[in-house]
This record gives sequence, C-alpha cells and structure tokens, in this order.
Amino acid sequence: MDSIVWTFEVDGKNFEHAGSASQVTKARLKQMGLPNDVVRRVIIAMYEGEINMVIHADGGVATVTVGQDEVVVELKDTGKGIENIELAMKEGFSTATGAIRELGFGAGMGLPNMKKYSDEMVIDSTVGVGTTITMKFKVA
Amino acid sequence: MTIREISEILAANILCGEGQIDTEVHSACGSDMMSDVLAYVKDQSILLTGLVNPQVVRTALMMDMKCICFVRGKTPDEKTLQIAEENDLVVMSTKERMYSACGKLYCKGLVGGAE
Repeated sequence: MDSIVWTFEVDGKNFEHAGSASQVTKARLKQMGLPNDVVRRVIIAMYEGEINMVIHADGGVATVTVGQDEVVVELKDTGKGIENIELAMKEGFSTATGAIRELGFGAGMGLPNMKKYSDEMVIDSTVGVGTTITMKFKVA
Repeated sequence: MTIREISEILAANILCGEGQIDTEVHSACGSDMMSDVLAYVKDQSILLTGLVNPQVVRTALMMDMKCICFVRGKTPDEKTLQIAEENDLVVMSTKERMYSACGKLYCKGLVGGAE
C-alpha cells in the first residue's frame, strides 16, 4: 500500500482555530479504519503539538503520513526555537504566558505528553530558525 | 448513568446535543486545565469545567468525550457551541460550583475512573 499524506497550514494567529488540523486528522484516521487506540495516541500528541505551534511559534505546517505499519506526524515551524530541549521536556516546565494559561494551556505537559503517546519522537530545533518535531506511531 | 440524569442532578440547562442525552456515561473528570485533561484523562466521558473557550470543546472531542458541563453558570459563545453541535457533543451549564458539582455526581455513583 502506498503511503497517504496530507498537509495543513496551522494558523498561528488564531487560537480559536487551534486544533482544527488534529480534528480533521482524527476523522480521516477513523474513516481509514485505524484502531481506536492508535487514533487516540496520534490525535492527543498532534493536538498538543498543534497548540504548541500556535502558542509559541506563530503557526507552521503539519504533515501526516499514513503507511502500512506506522503513522508519522511532522510539525514544522519557523518560530523562535527551543533553547533548552532537556528542560522543555520536563513535566511542568513552561514558557507560556499568563494569557495562555488562562485559556487552559501552558501547564508544561505538552512535550512530555507528545513523547508519552508516540512510539518515537525527534525534536530538531535551532534558536531563531525554528523547530521540527517528528513523531512516529506504530500501527500494530 | 445517562447524561439526562446528570443534567437533573445538577439542575443544568442543556445548551446543545439534546438528541444524545440518553447516552450512558460511566466516569467523569473535572478540570480547568486542558493540558491536564490531555495528560491524565483516559476513558472519562464527561468533562466538568469552568473554562469557556473553543479549545474546551476541541479537547473534549480529541478525548472522545460525550458531554461537557460548564460549572458556575458559565455558558460558551455561539462559535463554541457550534463546534460541539457539529460533533454530537452534549453541552450543559449548571449554577453549581466545581467542587459541589463533582461531589453530587460522585455521590450518585459517577466515578472518576482510573489512570
């Protein structure tokens, strides 16, 4: 089976729309008949990543690739980059503003959650250039 | 417990999703932090929250929840309700505060669920 790929522009200026790429992806994965637990893991991780792109990086591009054995989600932005990835991976660490916390996010759970729900996660980030996060999910 | 029973226990107004109120739910969670909902919720079908924005609905949808109950009399705007309506999510609003709302449901047998 050839891989199926779709791409979304994530609008970094509109918090109200944050999560719409994940919502569409969820519907498509379910339609494709992927197991519920796989869809759930992919979507929680992708949604966290999408929210991060809006909060921290002024948006970006999300690409979902569905192959026979795995789903790959790539989140690419040209934001300010992550200064200290090790610190950013710690539960509870966040650089989100008070305004973002009032919206219910910025608890410092985003990246740890993405790692927890994916089978493999690679963060490639350069300060001042941007961040690309690639997450792989096995379809068992 | 059905969503209808929940609305009766909390004297809540149903704001949308009336067609789904006879759906059975088995556990609930209460939080104003969507990050925590994403991190800790497993199979809970109802979210009690005092936070009102479209991301509350999106978070509930990502977690396959069936119902959101806004506490402290909060009501979401039209846009937020529209996203819920389009996805068959029941939305209700109760005047109860978070602690009392959760307590009343817990006493009637709606548990928190386990990690």
